[in-house]
Amino acid sequence: MTDNLDGTTPAKGVSAIAPKEGGGFPNPGLPPHVHRQADTDKRAEKRAEKIVAGMFVLSILGTVLFIASYFVFTPMDTNLLAEGGTLRAVFWSNLFTGLGLAIAVFFIGAAAVHWAKTLMPDDEMVEERHATRSSDESRDRAVEIITGGLQESGIARRPVIVTAMVGALAALPIAVLAPLSTLGPLPGNKLHHTFWKPGMRLTRDHDGTPIRADEVAMNSIFHVMPEGLTEETPHFLNERAKAAAVIVRIDPAIGKNEESLANGHQGILAFSKICTHVGCPVALYEQQTHHMLCPCHQSTFDVTDAAKVIFGPAHRPLPQLPIEVDAEGYLVATGDFPEPIGPSFWDLHKDK
Amino acid sequence: MTTTTPSSQKQDAQPGRVARLGAVGGDWLDQRTAGGGLVKFLGRKIFPDHWSFMFGEVALYSFVILLVSGTFLTMFFVPSMDEVVYDGVYGPMQGAHMSRAFESTLHLSFEVKGGLLFRQMHHWAALVFMVAIFVHMFRVFFTGAFRKPRELNWLVGFSLMVLGMVAGFSGYSLPDDVLSGNGLRVVDGLMKGIPIVGTYLSMLLFGGEFPGHDIIPRLFTIHILLVPAAILGLIAIHLTLLVLSKHTHYPGPGRTDRNVVGFPVFPVYAAKAGGFFFLVFGIITLISATTAINAVWIYGPYDPSPVSAGSQPDWYMLWTDGGLRLIPGWEFTIFGYVISLNILLPMAIYGGLLAFLALYPFLEAWVTGDDREHHVLDLPYNNPVRTGLGVAWITIYLILALGATNDLIALKLHLSINDLTWLFRVSIFVAPVLVFYITKRLCIAMQRHKRGLALHGVETSKVVRMPNGEMLEIHEPLNEYDRWVLVQHDDFRPLKAGKGVSALRAKATSFFFKDYISPVTPAELREALDHAAHEKHEIDAVTGGDYTVPSAKVGH
Ligand code: HEM
Ligand code: FES
Repeated sequence: MTDNLDGTTPAKGVSAIAPKEGGGFPNPGLPPHVHRQADTDKRAEKRAEKIVAGMFVLSILGTVLFIASYFVFTPMDTNLLAEGGTLRAVFWSNLFTGLGLAIAVFFIGAAAVHWAKTLMPDDEMVEERHATRSSDESRDRAVEIITGGLQESGIARRPVIVTAMVGALAALPIAVLAPLSTLGPLPGNKLHHTFWKPGMRLTRDHDGTPIRADEVAMNSIFHVMPEGLTEETPHFLNERAKAAAVIVRIDPAIGKNEESLANGHQGILAFSKICTHVGCPVALYEQQTHHMLCPCHQSTFDVTDAAKVIFGPAHRPLPQLPIEVDAEGYLVATGDFPEPIGPSFWDLHKDK
Repeated sequence: MTTTTPSSQKQDAQPGRVARLGAVGGDWLDQRTAGGGLVKFLGRKIFPDHWSFMFGEVALYSFVILLVSGTFLTMFFVPSMDEVVYDGVYGPMQGAHMSRAFESTLHLSFEVKGGLLFRQMHHWAALVFMVAIFVHMFRVFFTGAFRKPRELNWLVGFSLMVLGMVAGFSGYSLPDDVLSGNGLRVVDGLMKGIPIVGTYLSMLLFGGEFPGHDIIPRLFTIHILLVPAAILGLIAIHLTLLVLSKHTHYPGPGRTDRNVVGFPVFPVYAAKAGGFFFLVFGIITLISATTAINAVWIYGPYDPSPVSAGSQPDWYMLWTDGGLRLIPGWEFTIFGYVISLNILLPMAIYGGLLAFLALYPFLEAWVTGDDREHHVLDLPYNNPVRTGLGVAWITIYLILALGATNDLIALKLHLSINDLTWLFRVSIFVAPVLVFYITKRLCIAMQRHKRGLALHGVETSKVVRMPNGEMLEIHEPLNEYDRWVLVQHDDFRPLKAGKGVSALRAKATSFFFKDYISPVTPAELREALDHAAHEKHEIDAVTGGDYTVPSAKVGH
């Protein structure tokens, strides 16, 4: 084991392999072969044969079960154990077709493996290996072919062609950029604005009804969307993905941030619901601690302190939506979020 | 017995009808394809047998199942984000707005015969595929099967592992449910965090703002065309290289770097491996028949506003989420531009972990300076540092994966998420070092033990008290076959800097080999045997050749 298959030296340069005294132990060669029961005992052989054949037969039964249950346990129509079009029907259909197929394929496998293990020869055989590298003749011939071919192409004598060719091959990949650019628009100022506009009412996310300030109980949370953002709005989901907000009501006395309180209404504060880490909806509100928690990576925001991050991977506070109350007592936005919502990006702080 | 003999004789006497048909068919094919040469080349190739060689096969077979079940799914799945109002059989979703993609997934699950079975088989096969790839990869790592001439095949395998993750992620994003939609949103956030080009990349991928209308059809093309084609091509290369280098074998008497000992492809391997395919197929089908997976109707269609707690990706993507949970909120603004370290640092760590795996064969070859071909595998304890590094890598991987489930763990164990996060933050630095050290020590202890075994043989638990009061246990020397496995491995030593060895490499060899336990040499064995013979002589004198256990003797 101290030299290569082809007799070359074991290592390039100095190697950390320590030579062994006298080349180490000699390999004792293959140990004597031990026979299996089925090799010597005719009855064991017969038994193995029966088992293998039996398993193939089982597989046939599995196939029958599969085909039959495909038609007698259907999800929508015929189903022996449930009414079609119900979850029970789907369950039985899945179970019986699945079991049938599993039996059909498993026992083909089990039979083949058992056959190989008990009845096919188990004498280990030896095959010689050869060095992976090709023979010296092949290598010489390969070098000859390549140099010959290069010669014939005249590449060395025609530098102009070579230069032009390299130029062409280098220029072509740049062409990829053109079709790539049609995959999507440029960001422009899209990430800096949301659907919110001054005077827009805050509406409940689940039914679109506006919210009166006096409906917001102390320590409660509402998931809100701007009024007028409906399925008919162009890019409905994109707009929802940016406009999603929550309102919470805290006792102004525990508020730690004057500016944040001023942007709210009597302790009712509206924040973006999109996490400033990588953008999950910040859906969990702990009423005792006034913390909002992002379920994705557990960033925790303190709503009494302008939604500042107090734990987790997010860095920026949740942007606050400035609100007031309109003449009818409904909560309305006085403008868009003051900075981009959601994950931070390179030119976040640039005005657009 | 009497009945079998005549029938088997009949078979021998003249070829049966099937055999004659086969001969005609074979002749027909060979005249058109020269297939005989292929059969001659492959038919009696020898493959060694070992349970640990099965994992690559499991990966291969579950990939076949992925192809078959996935093809069925493409017949019914509609990769479209057009909005529809649901009116299928699933009551709780009646009237809900959703994408065609989500609707067709519900249709496939509830209304198409066999649809749910194929969906679940596809998902379970993917999970099995990724488990098999990982276990296979670490089998290759810990046994040193990546050494020359198999470094290239290691890289091919590594790419397969990465592509497997891409395939899985693009696949489970297709149904467009709340869970996978939030996964995509995280991808969007991660891309935006890349300096300068981030927002551009995100716009290109999603065809505009998140979520847009394009991402599902695009992922569909990636998932059913690009990635499977790449995986198929790489598997072809992987297996071609495997045939070219022939399979490695574990050390054993008669096994060398110049031969391969095992069973022929035809018939033994054809039966075993072919049969094994059906076993894997059967087991995946059984799981899918009985165990629900990715019940998207519980999550609901994707909407950017809701999210549920405990939203974890498939297991093989967990580690990519863990780093995002453990990193503190580090983000800088330089000249008005934002650098999101809370995104970039985890990415760099993931890249580093992958790069370490990909490049390890080259790192180790540089350290040892070993340029020989290796076809006999290492037993993992014979390379304590490699094994320690591998286990340390797995430890980091597991901590990241556990980190991604910190909310679930906290809930289960009634711990605070913050404390748990801090525990993981500390352990990601401390645990790998500790684990490396412990693993290395364990390996060395095993090497010592095996060395003792090779020198002195096995204990017989027969003890003799010598006249001077000393207790001697009688040892049975090993036979040469058993001993060979314990003494055949290479010996290594650290190198000194200078004479073509850089200071860095000298340090590296010292890190790897400074407490390496050398295998027993013939001279040491001779000495041990001499000593044992001498001892036996003395014992014979004391006991008169009666080696019964002393306590048994007392009873006389
Ligand atoms: C789609 C995924 C994969 C498939 C289908 C696959 C399939 C196989 C099969 C069937 C073998 C022969 C049996 C065995 O040793 O287990 C093999 C060998 C090998 N695989 Fe993979 N593999 C995959 C992924 C990987 C990965 C992720 C790596 C490592 C990064 C890898 C590295 C290797 C190497 C180096 C060999 C040669 C080992 C030897 O001869 O002992 N493979 N592969
Ligand atoms: S997305 Fe909210 S913490 Fe990561």
